Amino acid sequence: MSSMATPASAGLSPIQIRGLRKSFGSNEVLRGIDLDVLEGEVVCVIGPSGSGKSTLLRCVNLLEQPTAGSVKLLGEEMTDPDVEINQVRTHVGMVFQAFNLFPHLTALGNCMIAQQQVLKRSKAEALEIAKKNLTMVGLSDRMDYHPAKLSGGQQQRVAIARALSMDPKIMLFDEPTAALDPELVGDVLAVMRDLAQAGMTMMVVTHEMAFARDVSDRTVFMDAGVIVEQGPSAQLISNPGHKRTQIFLKRVLDPTHIDDSELGETEPD
Amino acid sequence: MAVLKLKPTQRARAGRLLSYAVGIGVIALVAFTADWPKLQHNFFNPDVIAKIFPNIIVIALRNTLLYTVVAFVGGSLLGILLAVMKVAGGPLSWFAIAFIEFFRGVPALMTLFLFAFIIPIATGFQFPGGTIGAGLLGLVIVTGAYSAEIIRAGIEAVAGGQSEAARSLGMTQGQTMGWIVLPQALRIVIPPMTNELVMLLKDTSLLFSIGLAAPDRELTTFGKDGLSTYASATPLIVAALLYLVVTLPLTYLVSKLEKKLDPKR
Repeated sequence: MSSMATPASAGLSPIQIRGLRKSFGSNEVLRGIDLDVLEGEVVCVIGPSGSGKSTLLRCVNLLEQPTAGSVKLLGEEMTDPDVEINQVRTHVGMVFQAFNLFPHLTALGNCMIAQQQVLKRSKAEALEIAKKNLTMVGLSDRMDYHPAKLSGGQQQRVAIARALSMDPKIMLFDEPTAALDPELVGDVLAVMRDLAQAGMTMMVVTHEMAFARDVSDRTVFMDAGVIVEQGPSAQLISNPGHKRTQIFLKRVLDPTHIDDSELGETEPD
Repeated sequence: MAVLKLKPTQRARAGRLLSYAVGIGVIALVAFTADWPKLQHNFFNPDVIAKIFPNIIVIALRNTLLYTVVAFVGGSLLGILLAVMKVAGGPLSWFAIAFIEFFRGVPALMTLFLFAFIIPIATGFQFPGGTIGAGLLGLVIVTGAYSAEIIRAGIEAVAGGQSEAARSLGMTQGQTMGWIVLPQALRIVIPPMTNELVMLLKDTSLLFSIGLAAPDRELTTFGKDGLSTYASATPLIVAALLYLVVTLPLTYLVSKLEKKLDPKR
């Protein structure tokens, strides 16, 4: 199903996922995922909750240990015990639904700590890079604030700046706007759009269909631990080929429309 | 029986008044029947007080505070080490668990005996600092075992997302613990650790049982020696009051800290 995504030269894909399986106990959440993300490509992963899309993202930088299969990040096989995972992770930024900012550090401190401790940058250099990134996400006037003093949208933008301060080659977003008040979503999406237009390789798990349609190059629809369908975003979202994709999109785009005849087939578990 | 016909609020009020009346009656009885000059002679004798000052301050109170600080600093560092070992898993955590459970399960007094008497007698090994050195080591170990459990709970109270965020930035397990988790955990455990400090201050009185040289005496030993020397309880009463002078403000501080730190960090 994902054959169209395989590039002519596999070496060009910063993310290569093959036969990825993940079980929690007897519950198999991912049932064989093949997916490539090309350099500079923005891929959105959509699907109903419980479909395994967040687990897929967390398997990419090995926050979850895959049960089987292969994940190659920037050419390194992440499931190989000999690979220096911390080294690879410095090139892969991750943004979480719950922000996960460090509450004991200011916005600047959040953006500096890993630069200094992991990349061994000098304090002056780390400070300069942190300031640059916080300014880029529109928080030049909030740099000395602790997370508790920032709104959700501001916190998530600090989290993006924190990830960008490591100069990542790939950015992973795990439902970055799902915990935000609706009026704060726009600021975060705007930052992500800028990032996409600047050529960042991005993998985004999201429920924001407008963002997927307008910003991402490709959208992947997952359900019950498999990739059901994928394609160019505008095409997949406006004209999905698979029945399950159609039902999901109809529900997401028009939540008040409930067709009883569809309910039976949509819940595979 | 008439009380039973009253409304609950009235009954409670009547009960309160009755207990006040009884209390005042007991106090009055004691006040009128007690032999005040004799009581004062035995428990608050000005002559004895004049003799024990200033040594009860400059030696005994000073030593009590010094032992408390030394054992608290040492015990907290040991507690952090044990807590980190325990959450790390593997053989390290088995060692930490055995250590913590042994010294929490055995009376503190036994631990002091272990270092002051049992080990030196059984092995001929003398701890640096002699008896008081061994005693302080015992207090450090007891405090370490107790604070390890407090700090471990603090570590586990830091949300898992914090570790994930740190690991996703490429931090090692050690960097994540040292820079992200521990700073937050230690903030969380400030109230229970202050409580531990109060307990430790009182537990320095156990050092009495291992026999301290005159310049090493802390408040309880000093008070007990005074009891023998002057045949008056006055030194012990003064020692008890000096404990309260330190513990009551600390206890008050704990309740303040708990209120301040509890709702949000």
